[in-house]
Amino acid sequence: MQDPKEKCMSVKDAMNPKIQEIITELKDKPGALLPILHAIQDHLGYIPAESVPPIAAALNLSRAEVHGVISFYHYFRDTPPGKTTIHLCRAESCQAMGSKKLEDHVKSRLGIDFHETTADGAFSLEPVYCLGLCACSPSMQMGDEVFGRVTPETFDNTIAELEVQS
Amino acid sequence: MSITIYIPCDSAAIALGANKVADAVVIEAEKRNIEIKLVRNGSRGLFWLEPMIEIATDKGRTAYGPVQTKDVASLFDADFVNGGSHPLALGLTEDIPYLKKQQRLTFARVGITDPVSLDDYLSHDGYSGLKNALGISQAEIVKQVTDSGLRGRGGAAFPTGIKWNTVLNTASDQKYIICNADEGDSGTYSDRMIMEGDPFVLIEGMTIAGIAVGATLGYIYLRCEYPHAQQALNTAIGKAYASGYLGDDILSSGKKFDLEVRLGAGAYICGEETSLMESLEGKRGLVRFKPPLPAISGLFGKPTVVNNVISLASVPIILDKGGEYYKNFGMGRSRGTLPIQLAGNLKYPGLIELAFGITLRELLYDYGGGSATGKPIKAVQVGGPLGAYLPESQFDTPLDYEAFAAIWAVLGHGGVVAFDDTVDMAEMARYSMEFCKIESCGKCTPCRIGSTRGMEVIEDIIEGRELNKNIPLLRDLCNTLLNGSLCALGGMTPYPVLSALNHFPQDFGITDQANAA
Repeated sequence: MQDPKEKCMSVKDAMNPKIQEIITELKDKPGALLPILHAIQDHLGYIPAESVPPIAAALNLSRAEVHGVISFYHYFRDTPPGKTTIHLCRAESCQAMGSKKLEDHVKSRLGIDFHETTADGAFSLEPVYCLGLCACSPSMQMGDEVFGRVTPETFDNTIAELEVQS
Repeated sequence: MSITIYIPCDSAAIALGANKVADAVVIEAEKRNIEIKLVRNGSRGLFWLEPMIEIATDKGRTAYGPVQTKDVASLFDADFVNGGSHPLALGLTEDIPYLKKQQRLTFARVGITDPVSLDDYLSHDGYSGLKNALGISQAEIVKQVTDSGLRGRGGAAFPTGIKWNTVLNTASDQKYIICNADEGDSGTYSDRMIMEGDPFVLIEGMTIAGIAVGATLGYIYLRCEYPHAQQALNTAIGKAYASGYLGDDILSSGKKFDLEVRLGAGAYICGEETSLMESLEGKRGLVRFKPPLPAISGLFGKPTVVNNVISLASVPIILDKGGEYYKNFGMGRSRGTLPIQLAGNLKYPGLIELAFGITLRELLYDYGGGSATGKPIKAVQVGGPLGAYLPESQFDTPLDYEAFAAIWAVLGHGGVVAFDDTVDMAEMARYSMEFCKIESCGKCTPCRIGSTRGMEVIEDIIEGRELNKNIPLLRDLCNTLLNGSLCALGGMTPYPVLSALNHFPQDFGITDQANAA
């Protein structure tokens, strides 16, 4: 007997032909699950719940296993992100150069905590544990761009530039 | 005649404005009708000078830095394209003392060549190691690596040759080479610099490894925080395939080796080799029991070499110049060179490749120039987030695996993070437990639950609650973590915690010596 929820999900599947396309393209790779999840997140910005059943079916896994993998890795998210995601480094080298003060400033400037998105959907804030930019701490990534020796002032300027552009 | 201008494409240089500077240089040159050839090289690793522009002159490359877009017009005014003098002029790059004093073997080409130009790679001794390897037997390749004394640069320092030998001697229809490029340790960036600055050297090292042990497929497990490295690797891999350096018939030798980049997804634990293999297999990154060793039963149950980026990138020079050449650098049982990464609160942070044996004090003051803030350096964490904190009294320790082990510290991947005297070491200890809590895979109870309890105990200590009870409790908990965890995350989180407690008891509110011991 088909679970009514599953039926509902399969209706949603039809709305996301790209997800099925990604699964079909990558499912035969050895260890295909992470490449599939990356491709979906690259395309949509997150991994919607309705993509779990078709992935599980294609890889002969249970939905719980697929969900377990999505929730294990910090990078994967199951909700849509803001327009720009800010990854702020919290690791030791950045702490040695004042990242805590920067973190407080960023949170109050955006009015959100880590793992949250601003009400207008403009920014999501995520912690990151090292961007490998430790020789120019503190560092952050904003969208695809990386920034070193970030100060509260340079952060505000960068945000202001983005806000002007949009 | 066109003038060659080098502006790094290293992501740290980009983070400091290199792309904007490159755009400005191109526009300004056009405006002034000066014909230039712009090369986006890797970084020399002198990060306080980034973005650093270099000009090819008759006398060699001459450098200017740190350059911001506002400086570009004045550089042209000063005729920098012909080596003219300017307040930002640094003289000949090779004569900058920070660089001149180094022994660059693994990093020989980084900052000099265009990272994704195969021609550049070939004209700077690239693929000489592979050519030598194709002329000798598999056992002889492994012997060269064993003779070199190379030990795993990821942190565990296991002899690379012994690992390869086990895989070579384990019969199987399929074997794998995995490059562990999940450089998650804070304060380390040498893997990133190699992958962005000289990706072909890693590809060559992995190809040699594959031929040596009979593996036909390699994976680079790259952390997703390194998009620039991903791009450089994929471009270089494409070129290596197109020119017969990868694929079914490498340099017409009949040997096959395929290579693919796979992305991690932000899990620190996946830098642990068994967790990494679980992740490559498409699972949660739960640590596996050992034995079986990955060299016998690794990825998909097949014999697998798992080596760090720097270990594999050191292989080409070993095969080019011989194991003995490499072994002649270093001290004791730590042979060859170590790319040291200076980070945190230092005036001159950067990449320093040197033979083992230099002391921490020389690194911090002779190279690092002391703290960036001008305050005394209070503590240094060596070897990433699981490395011990060292106080000033231990700064004369030489960089050597055994010398560090003797003071209950680790060299790890060679990251050195300095803190000035404003740091609160109890807070750093609390953070270590928090990091363990966030990144624990959850398999071992001491790590999964002990990290949360550890955070709570340290918070109690910071608040000054029942120190007589809580300090022994923290030590007992650390002991459980040390002895009751499968991998280094749980097993080594006590290093930063206990070293902070032992060397800086005053930060934990301990005044009575009896409590500190």
